[in-house]
Amino acid sequence: MGELLSQVGAFVAQVEGDVGVIGRGLVFGLGAIGPGIGIGYLVGKAVEAMARQPEAAGMVRTTMFLGIAFTEALALFGFVLTFII
Amino acid sequence: MSLLAQVRPPEPFHAPGLETFRPPCIVEWHAFGVDFCVDRGVIYMFLAAGIVIAVFLLAARGGPLVPRGVRNLIESIVDFIREEIAIQVIGQEGRPWVPLLTSLFSFILVANIFGVIPGLQLAATSRMAIPAFLAVLVWILFVVTGIRYQGPGYFKNVLFPPGIPKPIYILLTPIEFVSTFLVRPLTLSVRLLANMMAGHLILAIFFLGTAYLLAKPSTIPFAVPAFGLSVALVGFEILVAVLQAYIFTILTAVYISGAVHPEH
Repeated sequence: MGELLSQVGAFVAQVEGDVGVIGRGLVFGLGAIGPGIGIGYLVGKAVEAMARQPEAAGMVRTTMFLGIAFTEALALFGFVLTFII
Repeated sequence: MSLLAQVRPPEPFHAPGLETFRPPCIVEWHAFGVDFCVDRGVIYMFLAAGIVIAVFLLAARGGPLVPRGVRNLIESIVDFIREEIAIQVIGQEGRPWVPLLTSLFSFILVANIFGVIPGLQLAATSRMAIPAFLAVLVWILFVVTGIRYQGPGYFKNVLFPPGIPKPIYILLTPIEFVSTFLVRPLTLSVRLLANMMAGHLILAIFFLGTAYLLAKPSTIPFAVPAFGLSVALVGFEILVAVLQAYIFTILTAVYISGAVHPEH
């Protein structure tokens, strides 16, 4: 009986470890979807703006990098959480 | 082929993790209830500061009117920070901030670049201590600047921006408080840390993977593209190092700008 219990315990620990690995992957994968869409949209619009008004390219580029930095932060939180959980 | 067999990495494959950021201590001592540990990262931190100080001192020496060599490089960096970051983001009040922004940019740049220099291979900013310290520094800086320029009304301007219907403040004030005073330093430090950490891990995994692919004759064809991609990633990491230094500097300028000019 005790042997069986210890085997079950080992099995549960194994499954928990596997689920933990899957969870880590999910945290980063799901966390990267939103920022990915956001950065793509943001840069696309910035390129559009630069093509329409090349003289404003400097300002648009600065604002674009700022926007990327803010959007990217969400993905990076996911990345850091991967190591924390 | 026999040479390849000699450099065979240990089996089984073990993916590099967070332990790559904790190299063994070179000097360690215990004082005031804290364990001090001087490892490679700490030395690189001082090395980065030393390099920046030395290069700027070298460039600041007098010389011919037309700048040459290292002085030319430093002048173009300072000019870039002044025109593209300080004046563009803060306006003419940004001129006194140029020395601070230049120091931040060059220190972070050098500390980041250490991540791809062969033999060093550990960015001083890829551990939380330096990004966190710099972010706290920026946080104190913009709060103090806000109080200096706008008086205690700075907090009123930030937390209760004028021109908004009164009931909205119930929703807006907590959001503004969290995003200005709590999330700003957090994102500033985590952004720099996570970028440098991710870059280091990706490079470590790719180069280690190349070594493992080279170990068996059947997988050697796959090692060639893996190695090519690793080298391309080193170039990408240089780009990221420069970009992160730029973003840290420009965000500092934006935060200072928000403190200098009241929101309208």
